Amino acid sequence: MRRIGVFVCWCGTNIAGTVDIEAVVEAAKKMPGVVYTGEYKYMCSEIGQSMIRDTIKKEQLDRLVIASCSPRMHEATFRRTAAAAGLNPYLVEIANIREHCSWVHKEKEKATTKAIALIRAAVAKAAYNRELVAGEIPVEQRALVIGAGIAGIQAALDIADAGFEVDLVERTPSIGGRMAQLDKTFPTLDCSACILTPKMVDVASHPHINLYTYSEVEKVEGYVGNFDVTIRKKARSIDMSRCTGCGVCLEKCPIKVDSEFNEGLIKRKAIYIPFPQAVPNVPVIDRTSCRWFKKGKCAVCKKVCPADAVDYEQADELLEKKYGGIVLTTGFDTLKLDEFGEFGYGKHPDIITSLEFERLINASGPTGGKLVRLSNQEIPQNIVFIHCVGSRDKARGKPYCSKICCMYTAKHAILLKEKYPHSQTYIFYIDVRTGGKEFEEFHRRAVEEYGAVYFRGIVGKVFPEGDKLLVQGVDSLSSRTIEIEADMVVLAAAMQARDDAAEVARMLGIGVDTHHFFVEAHPKLRPVETHSAGIYLAGACQGPKDIPETVAQAGAAAAKAIVLLSKKTLIADPCVSEVNEEICTGCLACIQVCPYKAITEKTLDQKVHGRVVQRLLAQVNEALCQGCGSCTAACRPGAINLKSFSNDQILAEVDAVCL
Amino acid sequence: MSVAPKQQSFEPLIVAFCCNWCSYAAGDLIGTSRMSYPANVRIIRVPCSSRVSPNFVLRAFQRGADGVLVAGCHPGDCHYVSGNYHARRRLLVLKRILEFTGMEPERFEVHWISASEGNKFAEVMRDITENITALGPNRKLRDIR
Ligand SMILES: Cc1cc2nc3c(=O)[nH]c(=O)nc-3n(C[C@H](O)[C@H](O)[C@H](O)COP(=O)(O)OP(=O)(O)OC[C@H]3O[C@@H](n4cnc5c(N)ncnc54)[C@H](O)[C@@H]3O)c2cc1C
Ligand code: FES
Repeated sequence: MRRIGVFVCWCGTNIAGTVDIEAVVEAAKKMPGVVYTGEYKYMCSEIGQSMIRDTIKKEQLDRLVIASCSPRMHEATFRRTAAAAGLNPYLVEIANIREHCSWVHKEKEKATTKAIALIRAAVAKAAYNRELVAGEIPVEQRALVIGAGIAGIQAALDIADAGFEVDLVERTPSIGGRMAQLDKTFPTLDCSACILTPKMVDVASHPHINLYTYSEVEKVEGYVGNFDVTIRKKARSIDMSRCTGCGVCLEKCPIKVDSEFNEGLIKRKAIYIPFPQAVPNVPVIDRTSCRWFKKGKCAVCKKVCPADAVDYEQADELLEKKYGGIVLTTGFDTLKLDEFGEFGYGKHPDIITSLEFERLINASGPTGGKLVRLSNQEIPQNIVFIHCVGSRDKARGKPYCSKICCMYTAKHAILLKEKYPHSQTYIFYIDVRTGGKEFEEFHRRAVEEYGAVYFRGIVGKVFPEGDKLLVQGVDSLSSRTIEIEADMVVLAAAMQARDDAAEVARMLGIGVDTHHFFVEAHPKLRPVETHSAGIYLAGACQGPKDIPETVAQAGAAAAKAIVLLSKKTLIADPCVSEVNEEICTGCLACIQVCPYKAITEKTLDQKVHGRVVQRLLAQVNEALCQGCGSCTAACRPGAINLKSFSNDQILAEVDAVCL
Repeated sequence: MSVAPKQQSFEPLIVAFCCNWCSYAAGDLIGTSRMSYPANVRIIRVPCSSRVSPNFVLRAFQRGADGVLVAGCHPGDCHYVSGNYHARRRLLVLKRILEFTGMEPERFEVHWISASEGNKFAEVMRDITENITALGPNRKLRDIR
């Protein structure tokens, strides 16, 4: 007979307020196998835990049921308590009588009945619990960081400084991300390049960082401590060991296409370095526009290269590497504005996005930092900024707030006035949100010292009139209609997830939210972890964010990765599948449904009537199995079972709740 | 005359198999937010919706459950990558079979509820309780006791 102990927690009044503890304890006493029943105000407190430990010894309990809060909250705590008293931790079951009972039901009688049923189920399940011993899995002490914007750069530097090898993979030809495109940054107005470039150089020269630019992660397999990753190094068509970065090829190349880095405001060549401070400072041939690759003619770059570094034959390289942990930092995009016809984006050169504005006012930008109207190259006099284009707009854009637009628009107003004291800015906003250190002060300065005029209201239409743009809107505070003859209109387009975010998430086995931002394991308590152990998040790929927040999060993600890598081995969850070889028929239906390729076939020599026959069987690789139990439901003879969620255990629970 | 009051006092028993990563967590969330749903629902935690063997569902009906619910992560969001796709196929076949045996299809439902959808969790629980209260007790599959 089992010796099960049931401990009922009051959780102060959280449980005791709606559940009749006394009735529950009385009912529990009569449950099969229960030899002890106790209750206490706070079972998870030190006093509560020591009471459990003492009782385990005194009553020689061999199973525990704790009726308390969700197992997602304190299962680990009570398992430790059991272990401390010498009881195998997997002999503990939790009955969730708080989140699933006392907090959601108001009538005491019904809540009490339900609590008793839940405890009955936990007791029934516990009777079938077995001792499980956690195994160990080795940890590959190397990290992979995907995406080299400021988030990826910071995370890679932090992990590498801790002494671990880091591979940093960036899709574009240079690291730097969006921050490299920006001019000055709020709220301090440091020049973005001045604070970013040194970090980019640090990455390139760090002895523990391997940089793979113009590369992409193609496949991720394995599990925490042991990820098997395939990286595609796209052909740059340049021998990086030879190139001196002299730039002659860029001058001579005859093909011009839109520069991605400059948001299409100017052209780049088919062989190009995205921007002057690029790391690595080595060109790349864009094969989709290069004349040699399209028509087999030209080869000018090859002819002029003094170092003989141009290599048309270069092929993509596939690298297969192993990592202990992965930090995902793939950043964000800005919303495409096709659906916002009223603002006329794309129809007039002087209607631009904020990111284009950053490029135009940037000293290393297409105009050398001279902010001009693209229609006539003149300095604009009246500039209208429109906030929340696509943000907080459920119908056409995104329901969320992009968080940074209020601040960067205030920054734009300040930068403009500093550069062109005679210019005037008008800003249409819904709300001005300045939550952040020094943010409100910064915004006030834009208004008070730099004369930015704010209108609370929306713009109905922007259209060209003569050589001006007529902006029609309403000031909802005074109910006035407003018409401004503007020279330039700047649209603060919403921040959104990268187009391929859902695909990337699928490849890594992590989640995305409805807007395709990656999902953290817990919004408050585990903000940089994901549900997949060993995969961490930082930066705007997780949600709209400014640079300070991005950097802080990157540091946090790096710290988590360092904690993982600093261990040589990890404790493996023993709740994995096992095959009962006696009844396995070798149908191998389980292999089909296993998402982790953890099940393989094996043959067993067996004597049948004196003859040796070979039997086909399934076998589980315990290191790969993650414990989903998919195989158990697919198994026809019921030969595969999941430890700690076995058929017996679940059926016992079903029987118990239906009593 | 004799039927009406009996039906009014009928409190259905509903067994819900909830995946640990999404629906069970949504159940926790609705608790943390102190919203409520009918106490008729008994939740059994499973690691993934794909762990739910049709046997468990049948056993619940056999033992007298009036309704059974399986809830997992949204398709594409399964913590174990593809588990809920297998669950979806398997359980929809089960639903067809149950229908074939003459059981009201509303008694067995499969829902996708993410960890952040506490409200949806409560709504599903309310709806299923309401539907099954209207249907009355499960007489077809329960053991004769
Ligand atoms: C107009 C504008 C002005 C701004 N001004 C400021 C400001 O003044 N102050 C401030 O604090 N913040 C500002 N921001 C916000 C700032 O740009 C972001 O906070 C910051 O860039 C986020 O960094 P990140 O590394 O997360 O993402 P990103 O900068 O987007 O970097 C992500 C990197 O990952 C790479 N990548 C993407 N997908 C893959 C993949 N699958 N494989 C490999 N690599 C991949 C990308 O190529 C990119 O290099 C501004 C933003 C905008 C749009
Ligand atoms: S883990 Fe939720 S359905 Fe698979």
